[in-house]
Amino acid sequence: MSATTTTTYDPNTRRVPPLGGFNLTLLGIELRRMLRNRRTVVFTLIMPIALALIFTNQKGAEDSAGSGNVAAYILISIALYAAALTACANGAMVALERATGWSRQLRLTPLSPVAYILVKATMALIMGGVAIAVVNVVGAIEGKAVMPTHVWILSALLGLVCTVTFAALGVFVGYIVPGENAMQILGPGLAALSFLGGVFIPLSTYNDVVRNIAYWTPMYGVAQISRAPLTHDLPWFAIVNAVAWFAIFVAGAAWRMSKDTARV
Amino acid sequence: MSQNVSSVPAIRLDGVTKDFGSVHAVKGIDLRIHPGEVVAFLGPNGAGKTTTIDMILGLSHPTAGSAEVLGLKPRQAVARGLVSAVMQTGGLLKDLTVRETVAYTASLFADTRPVDDVLESAGITHIADRRVGKCSGGEQQRLRFAMALLPDPALLLLDEPTTGMDVEGRRTFWSTIRKDSEKGRTVLFATHYLEEADQYADRIVLIANGTIVADGSGSEIKALASGRTVRATVEDDPRRIADELRTLPGVDEVELRGDSVRVHAKDSDAVARYLLNQTTARDLEIEAKGIEEAFLSLTGDSEHPHEHEEMSR
Repeated sequence: MSATTTTTYDPNTRRVPPLGGFNLTLLGIELRRMLRNRRTVVFTLIMPIALALIFTNQKGAEDSAGSGNVAAYILISIALYAAALTACANGAMVALERATGWSRQLRLTPLSPVAYILVKATMALIMGGVAIAVVNVVGAIEGKAVMPTHVWILSALLGLVCTVTFAALGVFVGYIVPGENAMQILGPGLAALSFLGGVFIPLSTYNDVVRNIAYWTPMYGVAQISRAPLTHDLPWFAIVNAVAWFAIFVAGAAWRMSKDTARV
Repeated sequence: MSQNVSSVPAIRLDGVTKDFGSVHAVKGIDLRIHPGEVVAFLGPNGAGKTTTIDMILGLSHPTAGSAEVLGLKPRQAVARGLVSAVMQTGGLLKDLTVRETVAYTASLFADTRPVDDVLESAGITHIADRRVGKCSGGEQQRLRFAMALLPDPALLLLDEPTTGMDVEGRRTFWSTIRKDSEKGRTVLFATHYLEEADQYADRIVLIANGTIVADGSGSEIKALASGRTVRATVEDDPRRIADELRTLPGVDEVELRGDSVRVHAKDSDAVARYLLNQTTARDLEIEAKGIEEAFLSLTGDSEHPHEHEEMSR
């Protein structure tokens, strides 16, 4: 019996979608939506390329660093920063979609809240991955950065894993700061944290006081981790730092979201 | 139509209440809506219509009582695409096109109608590639309607569905709805227009201050609303007075309990005049039913034109 000629509706013939509604069509449309957004393209693709080209052309970029050179060190750092920023922007969109009532619209469909978050997290990872890939491809073509291939790959993957922390930060801040203002805080904020956390400038150039503060900031741990394949230098407190900030941001995001759900 | 399917109500609410802090938005609603019915949920703004619809959709949980849709919990019914809704507050993504929005929603259901069919029946094929942000309010409303039709729902909930539509759009909208209900789809729509309810619903459920004050066909509801109840104490020959009251024009019902008489009439003034002038009745009271209050804000009453104007603003 086809649905259009039926005279009654039998609930027993109806199915629940698998995976709470998570599917590839959804990801495809979300991805297209992202790439149409000029702001996203600038933050994800153009700005990181510019930063990578500027920083790797500094004096001393060819000096050796770990199993490669300083340009490689810079490239990994810029890729991490670009991915973190992109993930943040993706996270902040969750709150924006809530504020505009789109999440409420989605509640009229079988999409489960967990699947929704999974879609957003996947999008943050994909876009973060694109940012990392773009920076690395440009770096490879430019030819200044020197490091073994496995270091290249490993650093990129570690950077990608670390971006999840910043997707959670984006969700958290997105809920606290309403609307599109979230990125106006997250953009400069993340740049400041990156300077402080030794992403753009090595911590060894800071004085003791600043350096001791830097160890506690969110960018420090992830930067150390993603550069570890190159530098072979990974202090235990860098790992503690990364895990702790991940836990803090996820808890914060979950807390704000659960408060908000009470109202939907 | 198989027996066990048709015997399950499309909507079943049992003693449903909803409090928001100290505010009692819904104060105990019992309601059964049968498959294939087109029912208007009529009431003034703030009567509890949206709150009740939210509970039928599982968007919020009753403070007390239970809500069931086609014998299932509301969220289970939504997950199976059996219930869908066009809500006042549902947002859209401005940066998606109309077609992308429908395709996005379609991908979430296990079984759906083809995207192009739905665009066609909602009358938005010609704007399928337009960004949602560039669509008018009426076009966006038709898009929401298209999204609601995707799963071929057994129950469709509409919250003030024709807001923002012009007269022509409204007519097309309702003819589509009526056509679908002939196939067995149940429709519950909230409105604060008596005319819309009367014209398009088989049954009107009148809600005011969080309770159902009347439930019946359009003409039954309108008849109810036009009367008031007069109460008085009549000590001298109450039976004769009751009989005479029955002969007065516009009197629907006369009830006598001891020396207390209760009269429901369209023209309460005539009843009062008779009682006071021609009998020794005392302690006379005229009371409007709860329904009256609800109707005042729905239809306007010639005695309170200013009040109505304020409400419609």
